[in-house]
Amino acid sequence: MTINILAFGIAKEILGNNENSFEVQEGINVKMLRSFLIERFPKMKSLASFLIAVDGEYAAEDVVINPEHEVAVIPPVSGG
Amino acid sequence: MIDLKILDTALSASEALAKMNHPACGGIDIFIGMVRAQTEKQEVVRLEYEAYYGMAIKEMEKIAQEVKAKWPVEDILIHHRVGILSVGEIAVIIAVNAPHRKAAFEACQYAIDTLKQTVPIWKKEVFVNGEEWVSAHA
Repeated sequence: MTINILAFGIAKEILGNNENSFEVQEGINVKMLRSFLIERFPKMKSLASFLIAVDGEYAAEDVVINPEHEVAVIPPVSGG
Repeated sequence: MIDLKILDTALSASEALAKMNHPACGGIDIFIGMVRAQTEKQEVVRLEYEAYYGMAIKEMEKIAQEVKAKWPVEDILIHHRVGILSVGEIAVIIAVNAPHRKAAFEACQYAIDTLKQTVPIWKKEVFVNGEEWVSAHA
């Protein structure tokens, strides 16, 4: 299945765009998506941390992703 | 009142303060975050902020609700700027009011500390020779 992933800050530079489209396996969860991104973009490993948001909420590792979700990569935040 | 905004135009502390006029409140605490000319490393030319708007407002809303649950705060205002900011410009304003000062001080500090940890907003420091996303690397 194809999912769209929003990326911000340094993650946008690593993934290439604010909106990115990827082919992933059905039933992929947040933990698997994190591994997928690290494998595809080894520079993600250089980050202090990164989280995945699903529909605008920080998502636990076991949340299953489908193409209707709004998925985002959240590198360490630095507002203020 | 809960007033949460992410703006790409200049923030005004006097406008923010004018909204904090609850009659039950004897104290207003306001935090204003500004762009510094220097990090520990080098001279800053500008900062570039970006936000994941929808989620950032949701996370700000959580902070506002937590503040109101923990302290007798009547009004909370969180305004954050995005885009390109020069040295001396205001990046963030947080204002809270409460009947007495202790709650106002504590609530304001909690709000800015939590914003820095949870709200999906990012800043890139641009130096004379290079640039860096703040906190990105360990």
